[in-house]
Amino acid sequence: MNFIIPAFIAITVAAGFIKKVPVFSVFADGAKKGLLTLYRIAPTLIGLIVAVDMLKASSAMETLCSFLSPVAQTLGFPKEIIPMVLLRPVSGSGSTALLNQLYSDCGPDSFAGRVASVLAGSTETTFYAVTLYFGSTKVKNIRHTLWVALTADFTAAVMAVLTVRIFFGM
Amino acid sequence: MLSYIWGGMIAAAVIFALFTGNAESLSQGTLNSAQDAISLLITMAGILCLWSGIMEIAERCGFTNLISKILSPVLSKLFKGLSAKSKAYKDICMNISANMLGLGNAATPFGLSAMRELDTLNHGSSYASNEMVLFVVMNTASIQIIPAMIGTLRQSYGSQTPFDIMPCVWISSASALAVALILAIIFNGISKKPLNKSP
Repeated sequence: MNFIIPAFIAITVAAGFIKKVPVFSVFADGAKKGLLTLYRIAPTLIGLIVAVDMLKASSAMETLCSFLSPVAQTLGFPKEIIPMVLLRPVSGSGSTALLNQLYSDCGPDSFAGRVASVLAGSTETTFYAVTLYFGSTKVKNIRHTLWVALTADFTAAVMAVLTVRIFFGM
Repeated sequence: MLSYIWGGMIAAAVIFALFTGNAESLSQGTLNSAQDAISLLITMAGILCLWSGIMEIAERCGFTNLISKILSPVLSKLFKGLSAKSKAYKDICMNISANMLGLGNAATPFGLSAMRELDTLNHGSSYASNEMVLFVVMNTASIQIIPAMIGTLRQSYGSQTPFDIMPCVWISSASALAVALILAIIFNGISKKPLNKSP
């Protein structure tokens, strides 16, 4: 599966040559955009990583997790991912900060680490997307949009646990 | 929104630390974590730049257009109310294709343009049209073929095989998308919006 990255790079560059795209200057251009994106998200991410680390250091996170662990247990979720399930639809950077915390606590290849990765990869910042998209229209009543989207997010969480169990036998 | 969450997190941490006697570890943790945050960003910078450079080439080669063409027959079944030649429909295809490639920055302008077109087709009604609901719901459950950001973050924490979660990501997001579509279509049928009052 890891070979997909070099393979994708090779295919893209080859396609670039076929389409006569000046591949290197386009690459450099894109890389610069990547750096700008990083620059743009850095303040938000630093702020949220600090807040998450503070919750961790004060043991408030642990208390929240153990408070919610009966719910997690019923659903078969690792209790460490509960804060992430809650924050994921609200804040993208917030859930990246939680992911970061979770990797450093449990490791990226642990059960919780993998489930959290799958969850982060298969969902979007629902509230943000709904606000952004409907904000550009005259619509006031979004009907069933929000709860359908949140049900889908919950489905992704359940499936994340299930698929990690099946694929990695954890 | 984020202000409340952030403020709440910090307040909870400080109050909790005082009651549980973790004040010392909190003071140390706070300053260290700001330092760790920036080293994390620097660790990720290289891979993120590499990736966005490659994706820039992909975009210039017309990968988004290609996926959009492949998806078009499927999407036209979902958006029956839209003509395949309409700008709204084309924007929807491009938005979803760009999202699949993980090109968030490229996807958003198409998405906004699609919503504005749908708004016009909706005659400026304050009720969301069926197409709007479907499109936004698809966006919140979008499938990403290569979750580059997650892979990069896992790599920087020493994962042996950072991208081995991809099949799980595909299955989970496909299931979420399926649930979103089924529910949206069912409730689009049930909750018929009231007839438009002419503006």
